[in-house]
Amino acid sequence: MFDGITPQLLFGQLLIGVINGSFYAMLAMGLAIIFGLMHVVNFAHGAQYMLGAFVAWLLLSTLGVPYWGALFIAPLVVAIFGLVMERLILKPIAHLDPLYSLLVTYAATLVIEGAVRLNYGSTGLPYSSPLPGGVNLGFMFMPWYRLWVVVFSIFTCLGTWLLIEHTKLGAYLRAANESPETVESFGINVPRMMTLTYAFGVGLAGLSGVLAAPIYQVSPSMGSTLMITIFAVVVIGGMGSIMGAILTGYLLGIVEGLTKVFYPEGANLVIFFIMLLALIFRPRGLFSGEKS
Amino acid sequence: MPFDARTDPLLKVENLRAWYGDSQALHDVSFDVAQGELVTLIGRNGAGKSTTLRSIMGIVRNRKGSILFEGQELMGKRTYQIARKGIAWCPEERGIFADLSVRENLTLPPILKPGGMSDATLLETFPNLKARATSRGTQLSGGEQQMLAIARILRNGCRFLLLDEPSEGLAPVVVKEIGRQIRLLKEQGYTILLVEQNLNFARSVADRHVVIENGAVVDTLTNDELAVDLDRVKTYLGV
Repeated sequence: MFDGITPQLLFGQLLIGVINGSFYAMLAMGLAIIFGLMHVVNFAHGAQYMLGAFVAWLLLSTLGVPYWGALFIAPLVVAIFGLVMERLILKPIAHLDPLYSLLVTYAATLVIEGAVRLNYGSTGLPYSSPLPGGVNLGFMFMPWYRLWVVVFSIFTCLGTWLLIEHTKLGAYLRAANESPETVESFGINVPRMMTLTYAFGVGLAGLSGVLAAPIYQVSPSMGSTLMITIFAVVVIGGMGSIMGAILTGYLLGIVEGLTKVFYPEGANLVIFFIMLLALIFRPRGLFSGEKS
Repeated sequence: MPFDARTDPLLKVENLRAWYGDSQALHDVSFDVAQGELVTLIGRNGAGKSTTLRSIMGIVRNRKGSILFEGQELMGKRTYQIARKGIAWCPEERGIFADLSVRENLTLPPILKPGGMSDATLLETFPNLKARATSRGTQLSGGEQQMLAIARILRNGCRFLLLDEPSEGLAPVVVKEIGRQIRLLKEQGYTILLVEQNLNFARSVADRHVVIENGAVVDTLTNDELAVDLDRVKTYLGV
């Protein structure tokens, strides 16, 4: 069964798994923050990820802003877009069942993707790597940019987790999730806090998009193809569990990569198979702390 | 006319009406609370006492009439804006956050005005909380949760307290302790609007009582009047 599996193949796929896992973790974390703190099922997360990549591409192709500038500007632009979106289409339905937010953000996804497709076509747009080259580790070649993506995503995930779980701001957010009325009665502007939370989650999607631009081609559908997997990651990790989303993201990226080595036919199925098992045996997710 | 703290009531509620969906919960409720006074809203379950507090706090948004605090209209203001004017609310369900420790719960509300109690004074006033500082909020007994809920709103500098049934579900000895602490707060100059069903508890702490029935004020009497005409109020409460 393991005949023909070389170290290059094994570690190569492991690296791809970790890189994919980095995107899964960052996107799932943003989705978990938005769902966990606002009860909004943000189906537009993939489109917002695509917007991040697209804004980076636009900044480079029209204004000559390099990758390192786009890494700051594009997430900010996407976060502002998210802020407007929350005010215009999510706030009016905030009191309704989360199903409505799913439908509304799904509609927003179609509009965003359609608008980008209309103006720039369906084919992928190239974005060159800001860190060309790499290092030969003997058993595999490690591109610098991919190493940067992994390290950057780990720091971003840890930083965000620390912000939510170990700061006063995070305590406000978690408390507002439990009882928004009580937190607002403390004199805290909870509606504004929720708008900024959504913008922050969306900004994370935009940041992931910028990171992805040099690896995957920038295309209108780059987010929607990823979204189903991201939802599976969030469900497996536990809806609303931020650390659950992060750990599951990396774990599933690695599992997917290794499956490509040992059973390539099952690589596209493995995440959904795990989701099925999680839903049967731990419906609240692997990291929710509860079995049912 | 500008607000005069010596003559004008601190809180003046006039013709307050409130709705939950299509159902009207309050019908032209009017009463006032003077500076430093402790007024109770008493009445049966579902009479509209908590709704009155929630309407003052802006939590029940669908409301009409007038609520003047320090001469300023609160109608149209959001809950956080009302809190920033100096009104603190302790909800009936206590609102202790399960995810946070006692200390985190205690220090969660931001300081809104100067003059709030320091952490040291709070722990001195509520010694039970000191020993449980690192426990999760939900690991506390009902009495400790209630003390935490009250202590939490004393840090922020608000001098007008809305307390919703602080004695509910507590053992008599704990009720007595809560009563002692509420009297202590009154002595320190806090103005308190208290929702109560426990008549004995209300009598032990209040200056004045506003009786609410079916969402309307049906009687107002001082604590002394209540002492001589207890049967009148017991009829309202169905005791």
